[in-house]
Amino acid sequence: MAVQHSRSDASPAASVTAGEKIDSQLALRIYRLLVEIREAEQRAYDLFLQNLVKGTSHLSLGQEAVAAGCAAAMRPGDLSFCTYRGHAHTLARGVPVEKVLGELMGRDNGLMRGKGGSMHLTSVEHGVMGSYAIIGAHLPIACGAAWRAQYKGQGDVTACFFGDGTTNIGAFHEALNFAAVWKLPVVFVCENNLYMEYTPIADMTAVKDPAAGRASAYGLESIIVDGQDADAVYRAAKKAFDKARAGGGPSLIECLTYRYSGHSRADPAKYRPEGELERWKQRDPVKIYRVRLLDSGVAESVIAQIEADVKQKLDKATEACKAAGPPSDELIWTDVYADGGWAWRN
Amino acid sequence: MDVLMPQLGETVDEGKVLIWYKKVGDKVEPGENLFEIETEKVSMEVPSTVGGVLTEIRVDVDETAPVGAVVAVIAEEGAETATAPSAPQPVAAPGAGVGLKPDPQDAVGRASARQQPPVAPPTYVARKLEPFKEVFTPERNYGPAHVGDVQTTPYARRLASELGVNLSTVRGSGPDGRIVGKDIEAQRGKGTQPQATTRSSSGLEQIKALYEPGTYEEQPVDGMRRAIARRLTESKQTIPHFYLTIDLDVDALMAAREQRNSALPSPTTPKLSVNDMIIKAWAMALRAVPRANAVWAEDSILQLNRADIGVAIAVDGGLVTPVVRAADTKSVWDISRDVKDFAARARGKKLKAADLQGGASAISNLGMFGVREFSAIINPPQSTVLAVGAVQRRPIEKADGGVRFATLMTVTLSCDHRVVDGALGAELLAALRDIVQQPRLP
Amino acid sequence: MAELTYRDAVARGIAQEMSRDPDVVFLGEDVAKPGGAFKASVGLLEQFGPLRVRDTPISEQAILGAAMGAAMTGLKPIAEIMFSDFLAVCFDYFANEFSKSRYMTNGQVKCPLVVRTGNGAGSRFGAQHSQSVENWVMMIPGLKVVAPSSPADVVGLLAAAIRDPDPVVFFEHKSLYPTKGEVPDGEIVDKLGTAKILRPGKDATILALAYMVPRAVAAADKLKQEHGIDCEVIDVRSLVPLDTQTILGSLSRTHRMFTVEENPRLCGWGAELVSIAAEELFYDLDGPPIRITTPHIPLPSAANLEDQVLPTVDRIVATVHRSLNS
Repeated sequence: MAVQHSRSDASPAASVTAGEKIDSQLALRIYRLLVEIREAEQRAYDLFLQNLVKGTSHLSLGQEAVAAGCAAAMRPGDLSFCTYRGHAHTLARGVPVEKVLGELMGRDNGLMRGKGGSMHLTSVEHGVMGSYAIIGAHLPIACGAAWRAQYKGQGDVTACFFGDGTTNIGAFHEALNFAAVWKLPVVFVCENNLYMEYTPIADMTAVKDPAAGRASAYGLESIIVDGQDADAVYRAAKKAFDKARAGGGPSLIECLTYRYSGHSRADPAKYRPEGELERWKQRDPVKIYRVRLLDSGVAESVIAQIEADVKQKLDKATEACKAAGPPSDELIWTDVYADGGWAWRN
Repeated sequence: MDVLMPQLGETVDEGKVLIWYKKVGDKVEPGENLFEIETEKVSMEVPSTVGGVLTEIRVDVDETAPVGAVVAVIAEEGAETATAPSAPQPVAAPGAGVGLKPDPQDAVGRASARQQPPVAPPTYVARKLEPFKEVFTPERNYGPAHVGDVQTTPYARRLASELGVNLSTVRGSGPDGRIVGKDIEAQRGKGTQPQATTRSSSGLEQIKALYEPGTYEEQPVDGMRRAIARRLTESKQTIPHFYLTIDLDVDALMAAREQRNSALPSPTTPKLSVNDMIIKAWAMALRAVPRANAVWAEDSILQLNRADIGVAIAVDGGLVTPVVRAADTKSVWDISRDVKDFAARARGKKLKAADLQGGASAISNLGMFGVREFSAIINPPQSTVLAVGAVQRRPIEKADGGVRFATLMTVTLSCDHRVVDGALGAELLAALRDIVQQPRLP
Repeated sequence: MAELTYRDAVARGIAQEMSRDPDVVFLGEDVAKPGGAFKASVGLLEQFGPLRVRDTPISEQAILGAAMGAAMTGLKPIAEIMFSDFLAVCFDYFANEFSKSRYMTNGQVKCPLVVRTGNGAGSRFGAQHSQSVENWVMMIPGLKVVAPSSPADVVGLLAAAIRDPDPVVFFEHKSLYPTKGEVPDGEIVDKLGTAKILRPGKDATILALAYMVPRAVAAADKLKQEHGIDCEVIDVRSLVPLDTQTILGSLSRTHRMFTVEENPRLCGWGAELVSIAAEELFYDLDGPPIRITTPHIPLPSAANLEDQVLPTVDRIVATVHRSLNS
């Protein structure tokens, strides 16, 4: 199931092997997720240009299919661990966009009331166990969550998303070995968008496929998926989740995708070769899916209705965030410790 | 809508426009590039977030604008008018803006903890922790660690203050003669009587080394001298002094004094002095400007409701400053009697501690020695002292440009700036001048 | 009441808590079948089985990450980092992860976990296996830091740490493992954030931690016998939360402050205590606060060299005596 992948080849052959049939209800759900993520990220960017989003932010424009496909394969109760490029995965688990934008804007209505910011989106009630901004740190943590499921026999599976750059840090290797040795119900999903931060991953990695090329070292199957095709992602994720739930241990999936914007908002991504972005945009995950829906007989009006609905909700959320006040000063002092406060002495 | 200079990075606070892709009047689509900017870190194209017509460019090519500044205005399609120009949104510098400033000194008193019996010094009293007060700082300070060549530990300084022990009377038993807590405890109950000290003193030796042996005679310093040295050093070091000088025309005052002395109540009644008259006038001035009749008390200012006036009296080996009570309500005759009583008792060393306390101001008069003007050091905790010079006939310019002679007295007011500001001090002196120049002294 | 070694007290404390709460699990390198590199967890595998007492690869990041992931989803893990020097290879979890997740998520994420680790010198292990590193974690908001000095405190404070809803770093001193002490029978649960006055006195306060506590007590005895100086000795026990009431209360009676610290001089825990006392209790100080520490050097391995650099009973006695009597 491996596919060829190189920096110059912006249109890897889709590797949709025969798998679970995706019915029209599921397809429409995936499409809605794709549109929700695309529009929310675009809106985050617009708000940043209006200086309403401070600090930093890392967008997933172009990478929406990974989040949408994986989320569609997850069950309520399954857990997600994300990186600082985590808006997409947070939204995909059903976290209201208003809370995400509010957190980006540092408002009191934010997911963490402004205490975490863009890089730490967390919504435990939706199974989003956090977005981690230290590369690789969350892979071992995801192992721990999976260990709990295994120990208690609770049947949930933990998904852990990370970028290609993460495959070269120690924690990645510690976690994969640990998960394999303990046979933990965890699915590692690498979003290979060709660039670490500003440097091509291929220039800094000893093997051609940064994640899949390491799988065999931990006794795992080498899995590469077309990350622009949400259905392909869904099928690979579903298989891995089923395996984990059945006690078959961890999986490592490498999704080939592309980041339309720079690493963070301060990065204009000038290091990309000319034409690369345009070539990847030919395989835009939202467009691909829209065409597929139309080809499968879904009416244009149904699709347009989803798009209009998403935009309307987003506009409403944006207004709510603009109207929301800043977090109160008292929040400086809350939740350092479990007693709710900050006192380190008596 | 306003197009703003975006923040091109977490630590960047301005950007330079490199290119405008659109000119005023051009139609703009959402997502279409509007302009390109550059900072020291990166350059980047900035697309429009709305569709409409570019109506205004406020930052031209090669110009630099702060993050958040309006660089252009787009009239949105469907919008009735272009948005009004708005001020640039201030962008907080990293770390600023949440008010993480150290708070002023905690106002919660620790006095209760400090007023326990001194034999068993107070144990630590825990307080409720507050934000920005994770560690408490002392409510007040207890004098300097070094006075002359003598060092005193912080604990000993506090204890001395609480027990009313005069540090100049204490002999230090710590390293290098340092005064430590047990030295103060040993003094407890002995009162504050001055006592000669033979404290070992490296400072003394150092200074003596500067003079040829035999060219001086060493005089031991007694308690009064030591107290004067300590108190006035402390005053000059801790009280922010400033000085105001004016000339008083005392012709009328001298005439009033003459008139009274020529009609003494009885042949044995002592004559009124100029100083008696000034004390009365000064007390009335302080009552007329009550805000200046006040003392600094660390967390508060105590505004006194009567005018007690300290009077500096020279005695053998030093000076004392007893306080005339309620001089504002006393007659000049009563004041005169009080001062003469103080002077007699001071010479006989019979003044009581209570005689030396109180008041917000004092008078020091060196006029009888022919001193024309001088400035005095405030006697803490008082907030002012009036230095009174000699009465002299001096030429002054008349209103018509001619010259006449007047009876003048120069006075200098030393003020504690924590209580008495310049204008308040000037107001107080103006009140004195009004009273002196139209004396209706009872 | 039984006499127990500090080493056995560790296993007893863990067993006490694992018996009462099935959510308590234990992981680390060589902790299960081998019973721990210092034999502090012997018998736990047999008592609680391989699902609850688990050996791990030599992967300190995986150990702490797994502990954190388990803690935030409902378990109460105890993770062992064999030597505290190894905190450096997994420091991210202390500095950035379980210390901050509660705050960053506005209280959504909870991390009730304990990291146990072998701390300190005296075993001739050299510069990379002998350090006292409690100050490495004391400086991080969100963590609690404990270092017991006696077998009874090991059991009670370990139980309190396991039951505590915050992440606790539990420093066991390697040189104290063979020491013995009376431990009461039955369940023991102590209280974090409490210092203990081990020996009352009126002339000076000596503050010590872990391996330095018995030395401070011995020095106080000697100071009394040989010089008539009556020292109060406080076992600080808990660096975070810090029992400033007990510590400052003692200083306000004795007015003299000495710390005995095994760590190298700069930024040791005593520096923070001195800073607090200087600020809050300045007018109770009747002499300079004095820190007795290991010099600011890496630890040498040879016995005679290592013995010289750690604060000794004689160095404590000489320092206190000189400072109070010169």
